[in-house]
Amino acid sequence: MTTNRRDFLKIAGASALTLMTPAILRPSWAKEKMITPVSSLTAKRWAMAIDAAKCPPDCTDCITACHAVHNVPNFDNPKDEVKWIWTEPFAAAFPGEKHRYLANSLQQLRLPVFCNHCANPPCVRVCPTKATFQRRDGIIMMDYHRCIGCRLCMAACPYGARSMNYRDPRPFIAKINPDFPTRTKGVVEKCNFCEERLAKGMIPACVGACKQKALVFGDVENSRSDIWLLLDKRFNLRRRAHLGTAPQIYYIL
Amino acid sequence: MLEKALKGSRGYWIWIAFLLAVAAIGCFCYLQQLDYGLGITGMSRDVSWGLYIAQFTFLVGVAASAVMLVMPYYLHDYKAFGKITVMGEFLAVAAVIMCVLFIFVDLGQPSRVMNVLLHPSPTSILFWDMIVLSGYLIINMVTGWVVLSCTKKEIPPPGWVKPIIYISIPWAISIHTVTAFIYAGLPGRTFWLTAIMAPRFLASAFASGPALLIIFCLILKRFGRFDAGEKAIQALSRIVAYALAISIFFVLVELFTAFYSQIPEHTRHFQYLFAGLEGRHNLVPWMWTSAVLAFVALTMLLIPSIRRKEGWLAIACAFVFVSLWIEKGLGLVIPGFIPSPLETITEYFPTGTEVGITLGVWAVGLIILTLFYQIFVAVRSDIDGDSNRSGICERN
Repeated sequence: MTTNRRDFLKIAGASALTLMTPAILRPSWAKEKMITPVSSLTAKRWAMAIDAAKCPPDCTDCITACHAVHNVPNFDNPKDEVKWIWTEPFAAAFPGEKHRYLANSLQQLRLPVFCNHCANPPCVRVCPTKATFQRRDGIIMMDYHRCIGCRLCMAACPYGARSMNYRDPRPFIAKINPDFPTRTKGVVEKCNFCEERLAKGMIPACVGACKQKALVFGDVENSRSDIWLLLDKRFNLRRRAHLGTAPQIYYIL
Repeated sequence: MLEKALKGSRGYWIWIAFLLAVAAIGCFCYLQQLDYGLGITGMSRDVSWGLYIAQFTFLVGVAASAVMLVMPYYLHDYKAFGKITVMGEFLAVAAVIMCVLFIFVDLGQPSRVMNVLLHPSPTSILFWDMIVLSGYLIINMVTGWVVLSCTKKEIPPPGWVKPIIYISIPWAISIHTVTAFIYAGLPGRTFWLTAIMAPRFLASAFASGPALLIIFCLILKRFGRFDAGEKAIQALSRIVAYALAISIFFVLVELFTAFYSQIPEHTRHFQYLFAGLEGRHNLVPWMWTSAVLAFVALTMLLIPSIRRKEGWLAIACAFVFVSLWIEKGLGLVIPGFIPSPLETITEYFPTGTEVGITLGVWAVGLIILTLFYQIFVAVRSDIDGDSNRSGICERN
């Protein structure tokens, strides 16, 4: 059989086009399904309230618990630092709100800060690969296998909540928790509201570790939840809320 | 036509060998970065973009500036640019390739770069930047090559290339606009959150790109036996002067808005740039160098008697280039992160490896450009009936 070049190209082109078929014709049984185990905790919108006045000075229980559960490395230098939750003075967490006559108790406060799981998240908007995405219950997630490490999300986050793995984190994890993945170098990570624990029916590690009950986690859209009742009663602020990101961490002051 | 790049003088080959050596060093440094991770650079948790993204931003401007040759020639029939539009297009090709390489070396997981195509995200400006940059690369490669081939055969370019050339004009504006939008749309970075970011980018691009072209034209005239023509070079220098004046004006407008309103979120970044904050003033000498060079260059370009002397013109153009390289590269990307959203001042110092990779990418870009210009000069001197065909020596 003889084939001239034109015919060959035609057949090759048609064959290549058939590769597109699965993208166009997608039967309902082939679509992704979300399976939620019965035992998992669910919400319309997860949020957290922080009653920082309850935080004893120098307490790091929430940080230790979170970083141990999530295999967060400790590089011992601020340049490569990876952190999911840490504390900041009031003036840093709420820039512009500090003044000379602000109550001393507030000025002395060190507030736990972490990802705000914004309802309108700039990091999700800018990600070129959808490696960071928003779940229906509001949690902002990271796909460590899809992230290309462009760090646009770090530039977009107005809270400095994101960390880049500037080098291989594994040798710097004190004790590896086998129930949670370690990360590779070159990807961005941050607080995930303990979605892996919620799926098993457990509250977030930081909330569980706080003996003072300063952290209240729950469904902010459920008017019978603890967090809803607390926010209804007490004055609270969100960090840089004027940016329109609709952050979901509420600081009770 | 490619074979013309294989014939050159000794100087040409020494220059190519030198660039190859620099590129090889860059490649070696990149392998180190690949092994260790981006921690080998000076970038940090607070300053998460550095030299690479700065070079990318600057070079998008150089690429976009080809339009300053294409538009006068094709839209306004400005004949003096006829010979050199191809130079602008080839400069754009080399610059876009460098842009792509700078993005690539900046990725934490370069092996996953195809995820941008596998999971297209239209809400991400970086996705659109990829589209406009690759489109611009193809447009300039096609138009530059086709027009030069036709020049060689001494026939007019085919009709189908005209629409592509017209498309390249708004497309050039788009690449720098989209690149500006990467920065200007981020809610927490007040330094970049300005509506004149895209105009600022374009103004500085239309100064730095043509300035570089003038330098290349003067080099080719001196060493390459190709004369772009006094008229073309003078017209380019006027473009540089206007664009530089607009660029300076835009920066002053930014400074006014920040310092008259006195909103700390807006002033602090400029304070860090020009005076330093809390004793940190890494970029201050750079920024003042940039400012002084910009004003000196503008004065030189505005005075016709200086502008018309080739030596002075070359110096003025070098000043423009260096000034805007500092302003768009170092002075735009880095202070966006300083101070950080948490009011921390973390300074940025590029490491040796990082500088090595950066120089390596520049070397790759210059190799591509040299090859293109060598072909271009060979084709031109064939037509212009230059008797000295073999003695082409070109330096960039």
